[in-house]
This record gives sequence, structure tokens and C-alpha cells, in this order.
Amino acid sequence: MSATLNHIGLGRDAYKGAATTLCAGCGHNSITNHLVKALYELGVEPHQLAKMSGIGCSSKTPAYFVEQAHGFNGVHGRMPALTTGAQLADRRLIMLGVSGDGDTVSIGLGQFMHMVRRNVDCTYIIEDNGTYGLTKGQFSATADVGSVQKKGAVNTFQPIDPCAIALTLGCSFVARSFSGDGKQLVPLIKAAIAHRGMALLDVISPCVTFNDHDGSTKSYSWVKEHDEQIQDVSFIPFFEEIAVDYEPGTAVSVEMHDGSHLVLKKLAEDYDPTDRMRAMRLVEESRAKGQLLTGLLYIDESMADFATTEHLPAERALRDLGEDELRLSRADFDTFMAEFA
Amino acid sequence: MSNVRVNALTFQAATVNGSGSQSANMVLTRAIFSMGIPVAPKNVFPSNIEGLPTWYQLRITPEGYMARKGDPDVLVALNPATWANDLKTVRPGGAVVHEEAYSTADARDDVTYYPVPFAKLAKTRIESDTLRKQLTNMLYVGVVGGLLGIPRDRLEHGVQRVFQTKPKAWQVNLDAVNVGYEYWEQNFKDRPCGFRLEPLSGKVDDLVLVEGNQAGALGALMGGVTVAAWYPITPSSSLCENLIAYADRFRVDPKTGEKLISVVQAEDELAALGMAIGAGWAGARAMTSTSGPGISLMAEFSGLAYYAEIPVVIFDIQRVGPSTGLPTRTMQGDVAFAYSLSHGDTRHIVLLPGTVEECYDFARTAFDLADRFQTPVFVLSDLDLGMNLWMTPRFKYPEASFDRGKVLSAAQIEELKGDWGRYRDVDGDGITYRTLPGTAHPLAGYFTRGSGHDENARYTESAETYARNMDRLARKLEGSREALPQPLLDEPGSEVGLIAFGSTDAAVAEARALLTESGLRTDYLRLRALPMSKAVAEFVARHERLYVVEQNRDGQVYDLVRLELPPDQVGKLRSIRYYDGQPIPAEAITRPLMELEAVPA
Repeated sequence: MSATLNHIGLGRDAYKGAATTLCAGCGHNSITNHLVKALYELGVEPHQLAKMSGIGCSSKTPAYFVEQAHGFNGVHGRMPALTTGAQLADRRLIMLGVSGDGDTVSIGLGQFMHMVRRNVDCTYIIEDNGTYGLTKGQFSATADVGSVQKKGAVNTFQPIDPCAIALTLGCSFVARSFSGDGKQLVPLIKAAIAHRGMALLDVISPCVTFNDHDGSTKSYSWVKEHDEQIQDVSFIPFFEEIAVDYEPGTAVSVEMHDGSHLVLKKLAEDYDPTDRMRAMRLVEESRAKGQLLTGLLYIDESMADFATTEHLPAERALRDLGEDELRLSRADFDTFMAEFA
Repeated sequence: MSNVRVNALTFQAATVNGSGSQSANMVLTRAIFSMGIPVAPKNVFPSNIEGLPTWYQLRITPEGYMARKGDPDVLVALNPATWANDLKTVRPGGAVVHEEAYSTADARDDVTYYPVPFAKLAKTRIESDTLRKQLTNMLYVGVVGGLLGIPRDRLEHGVQRVFQTKPKAWQVNLDAVNVGYEYWEQNFKDRPCGFRLEPLSGKVDDLVLVEGNQAGALGALMGGVTVAAWYPITPSSSLCENLIAYADRFRVDPKTGEKLISVVQAEDELAALGMAIGAGWAGARAMTSTSGPGISLMAEFSGLAYYAEIPVVIFDIQRVGPSTGLPTRTMQGDVAFAYSLSHGDTRHIVLLPGTVEECYDFARTAFDLADRFQTPVFVLSDLDLGMNLWMTPRFKYPEASFDRGKVLSAAQIEELKGDWGRYRDVDGDGITYRTLPGTAHPLAGYFTRGSGHDENARYTESAETYARNMDRLARKLEGSREALPQPLLDEPGSEVGLIAFGSTDAAVAEARALLTESGLRTDYLRLRALPMSKAVAEFVARHERLYVVEQNRDGQVYDLVRLELPPDQVGKLRSIRYYDGQPIPAEAITRPLMELEAVPA
């Protein structure tokens, strides 16, 4: 019995949602499954979770996991604003935003960038398939130059890389992964949730209906061939004892706010995830080489999140305050009115 | 001198913006107000930082009229660029204080000139190089003070009141005022003008001077706002800037530095409303403040909040549109747009404050209404109300507690054994129960969406369910009619009725007095909210001819009132519209009304 319950006593079923209505084989469904696994293993209180999204295939997915949690499927490209406001109302909520490449990088680019800038405490997942699925296959702004549409049209414009933007803006957690790689993605999701601040996860997620063919750089086969992992990622939650076995100098352990540990075992590159300049260079270099760099690109655990910058109470929600605390006292009110005389 | 008009004049200063004339104008205003004399200030300013013409008009009447009155009796001319035109606007018999260097050759001979060598005085009598430009304006305060008979101790009070928080600035400003005063004494003492100010009693007792955007900020604070997101835009910015200032004073724990509010300057108006809606969804009292161009951008999110039923308060300090329009001029042009903002069948609650006291009251109660009806509440002020100072009784401390509306707690969900639905109309009033994220019960959660949804908040494209939900939303808004601020009625008994709203009230009050003087008594209904109360149609039914007065070109409220009337009543309504961007004067009501009255119904 205990084997099937997590450390807060919930089974995996508590993290499931409604049946998916996306296409069979959609990368987004894999991400949903990885989310369920990560949330279950982390022992997130379902009622503490707030699932936020915009519009598009990706933005439908919050209905497919943790049914108990509140969800908010807002308007196209505006998930960052809704999430920011909800965070301020109750900073204790665990904000989990799910967006797509159109939702984030086209119509929502402005809000996305400003959310990064404010370091809103939120896990922000882009289910990135380089295409507009729900409107049947138009290019998105993450499609690579030369990428071919199902009907044959070729993309001529430079892609916008959300990770590159996030790095430029100093996002406090930037990672890229692949929907088919649960081994890498699950610990990254866990770390993103444990991170206090804006955690961006750009997850390449092939669209089986419109963008999974030869000529697409967001197809299963392309990603599998070009995936360059920068480290082995493992996550040790705060409730588990850390006992990592690795050669000195071959791994980095990052301690998170809640006492969890993110252990990054170096692969090809001698990679330091706290060096932002280097991360930016590496992302650009790999793009030039036609590689898809995956793993934790950058992390800064020292940056204050938005609610902290705003000096909000640490343990209380603004939304719980009543008139006794929010109104001026009678004496203050009278003094204040007298100042207008 | 005979024929001296006492406490009845319109003063106008014509200056260059960015020169610091606003402080000088405020000193005069505060000095006169402290003599017990009613004042009605209006700022006419450009959309510019420095160097363009700006005018300040101060209307003084024993009756305390607060509407704008077109042309000045006393002019201070300190802007060479507008001098010729400014001079033309002065009423016959007026007094003109002007820079000596301006030419009065072939100028009017029906006004009295008071040439003052302002530039020269500034150079020789003001020591500070850095403050010379600002202090030059204080010179005219002294000259005008002498001319109108403002006691010197009142001028001193004015200086201290304006520089309340900067006592170091008192002496240097007062010195400049005195230079002007002495110049008057030495040169114009024997050249009296036809206007004089004398202390009054009983006219402004207990009144204070407040801007609508100060009142709105205080109201929001007293209404319990905890999240405010905004994007800078004239004439709305000062509302949130005041909110920031007041919050720094009253919402910060001095020991811990903890703040019980977050005021966020967003990246645009879309994000501003989005943040407020996110916060409202999560249970905070949340607001945004903007003006016309921002309202246009907020159409998308307004529809979401209406359809997903999320409380939020939206202040619209209206300015002249369409498009960028005249950013620093006033208008009541957003009423029809705000009322149905967003695509599809959308309807919003719109509050229409007509005084600064109502800016305070409605700002506060808007949060109760938003929570009670779980919908956006628009508060439509305007530039005239928001950015000018108005005499007002002190605001009242609220006695009622917050009304947080229908929110279910974890214990209540447990009591219901989890049998609840976000959009189930349990009470038959169209208002359903909600839960907040973070409610510790496995059955508290639901999925909020702007797409079609059923009673349990599940996605649906069902035709019946969609129509049923829309009907409920209509019923909900219908039920708000009598819960919103009701129209104010003043019916001495006439067959002629006036209908107006918002800042037009000041001109209506004066127009009615003028009409009574000329033998036409009028009844008056001031509309204070949409959807409108049944009292409006009843008022129309009781009158023969009605005039809807408003500050826009298209007669937006004239149209909205007609929609509420049975067909046989519609023809009773006539429309008076004023839309040049300046606050409506009383004559803009009396003149067309008398003309229309001459036309048989």
C-alpha cells in the first residue's frame, strides 16, 4: 500500500485529470503524463496547485491532470498576466502555467518577457511544436528556417528561441527538454516547481498531425537525432536524504529553496549552470550546429521572486485580509481628510 | 469705485507649461478658499512636458458654482504665444495683468491693463538662479492678490498650504509673492479694478478641496483593494499614483516593511487588466485604472471576466477620443462602449460618479458590487472630475463591512458533501457560488475558462447549455439594476425634466438656477449607474419633455435611456450634447434648452 502512496499519502490517481481530447500520439499527452508523475512523486497538495494556461492545444492540457486543483484557461497569450495576478493574491499557491509556442512566442511574447523580468514564482512550460495545431497547421514563430509545412510551404523566417530570450532577460531557471524524454523531463519539472521564481521549461513536443514529417525540425525523428543532452539530471526532494554518488568534479548539486537538491551530472560539455553568459553562448553555438541542446541551461537560486520584491507578507495571502487590516483606522481617516482642508 | 463685483469673477492665468505656474495658481486658490470664498478650479493643459500653452481658470461665485464659465474677467497673461488671443477672450470691463513687454497698441479699450515687468523683476529681485523661472509665477500671485484685495496673511497661508510638506520653500516663495504685492502697491494701488474679494462666512464651512483621482484612490483603499495593476495614461495615472502614495503610508507595516497591497505598473493595459482578473479569480480585491485607449485594449479581458464571472474593478477616467484624441481634454465618450465592452453579448455594470465624493464612495462600493455580482464593475469618471480640484464635504467613514459575495469555504463544501457546481444557479438570482484556489478540499477545485461551459464548469459546446448560461448571465445583470447606486431625483414639479450623469452635474445645477430665474422650473434626474434603474423610465413617464444632457457627440446616454422606454414615451426625449473637450458650461445647457422649448413637442 505504502509503495503506491506518496509522502503526503496520496496515490497517483489523485493527480490525474479528465481524458485527453488531443490527437493520439501528441507530445503534449506525454508531457501531461510526466507532469502527473512529477507532481505525484513530489507530493504536491492538489488544492495548492493553480493550473494556468492560454489558448491552443497546449493550453487545453491543464484539464488533463490534477482534476482536484483549480484551473484557469484564459485568453490567447495572456496566461502570464493572469498568473502574475493570482500569485499576488495568494503567494502560497503553486503556479503551474502551460502554454504553447504560438501562445508564448507570438501573441504572448510581451507578457512572457515581462513575467520573466518580474521573476514571478511559477513553473512555465512551453509545449513547443513549432506549429499552430488547433487552427490546423500554420507555422509558429519557433519553427526553424527551412522547416517544411505539411502542405509543402517552407518557413523563411528566423525562429524565436524562448530559452535564448529568457537567458537574455536573466530568467532565474531556464531548461529545455523533449516530451519523449521522461528521464530528463520529470526531474526538471520537479526542480522547476521547487524553484522559487520563474522557471521556464521549453519542451519540444512533436505535433503528430501537422508537424511530424521529414523537413520538420520539431518531429520525433529529428529531435531524437539532434538531441544533445548537457547533463544527466536528477532531483532529490527535500523529504529524501541526499546521497549522491559521483566522481568529484563531474557533477554539480544545486540546493533549492525548500531544501531539495538538483544534481546535474556533466556529460559532453564542462557545463556550469550558474554561468549565464556561457549558457547564452552555448545555446547559440548549438543552434548554429543544428543541435537541440537539452537539460538545465541556467539557474539562479538567489534572485528574489516577485511577491518578495513586492514586500508581501511571507505566510499570508492578500486575499484573506479583512477590513480591519485594509481600511484606514477612523483616526487615520480623519487626519487624512483634514489634510485636504 | 462703484460697480465693483464682489466675490464673483473668473480668473485665468495663461502661462507656459513646465514653468511652475501650477504652484502659483494653487497658492491663489488656497488663499481665496481660506477667505471662505467658494472656488472652482479648472486646468486646461497640453499633452506635453514643457513649453506649450496652458491655462488655469479659477471661477469664483458666491453661490459656489463649480462648472466652467467660458471667458475670464481677470487675466494674467504670461505667454507671448497666446497673448493676442488671450486678450480677446476677456470680458468687457475686465482686468488684464500682463508682461509689460507685450504690446497693447491697437488692443482693446474696454479692459483695464496692468503691465508688470515680470522678467525684469525676476532678474533684479529674485536671487536664486535655479528657481527664477518658477518664482516668476509667484510674482503674479502678489499682483493679483493686491488687485483683488486678498489679505497678505491669506497669501502667506496659501504658500504654506501649497508647500505643506516643504517648509524650506515657504520663505523664498513668499518673498516672490511680496515682490509682486509691493509692485501692485507702488504702481496700481490707485488703479482699482472692477472686482474684489471679501471674506465670506457659511459658504465653505467644512468643505475640502479634493481631486476625483485622489478620492478614487482613497475609496479603493477603503474598499480593500490589495492588487492594482495599471499602465500610465493621462488622465488616469494620478489615480494609481495616489494609490501608491496612500498605500506607502497606510498599508506598510513600519516594523517589518511588509506591504498589504501590490500596485504593479504593467507592460500594457492588456496585462494590467489580466493581472487584476488573475488576482480577482484568486480572491483578492483587484482593480485597474485607465482611460479610453486602455479601455479599447481591455475589451478582450473584459469579455473573459464577464463570461467566466470574475470580480474586478476597472476605473476609466475618460478623455477625448476616438483614438489618441485629445489626451488632456475631457469627455463622457466611453459610456456606451464600456457598457458592452467585448465581443458577443456582453453587459457590464457601470458606475457614474458625478461628484468627487461619489468618486470616493463608488470606488469603495465597486469592490462590493464586483464580489457580489462576480463580474467586472466599471467606474466612469472623467478628466474634469479626476484631475481638477472640487469643493466637497469631507468623506464619510464606511460603516458596513466588505461584501465578499458567494464564496464557499472548505467546511461549506464538506457540508454540501461536495455537491456543488461553479455555475449552478442555486438561489435563482443568477449569481452562483465560487471557490478560491487554495481551498483545502478535494472537491473545491473547478476549471475556469472563457470557452463554453456547463453548470459544473466543464467544457461544452451544447447549444442548450450555452443559451441557458447566457440567459442566466442576463438575469444576473438584470438583478443588479436596483442594487446599484440609484438615480438622484430633484422634482420641484415641472413638466420639463433634465437627465444627466457624471461631471455634467455641476453645469446642470447652475443651468437649473438660471432657468428658474428666467421663469422655467425644471425637474432633474441624475443617473448614477448602468444598467439603469426603473426609476428612469418612471421619471420620463412623469414628464412631458425631457432633455438628456451629456458630453459626447452621439448622445450615448440619450440612446441608452430610449432603449429602456416603452415606444410611446421615446418621443419625449431630446438630446443636448457638448463635445469640444472642455468641461461643459451652464450656457451650453440653457441656450439649446430654451431654443428647443420654443419648438412645440
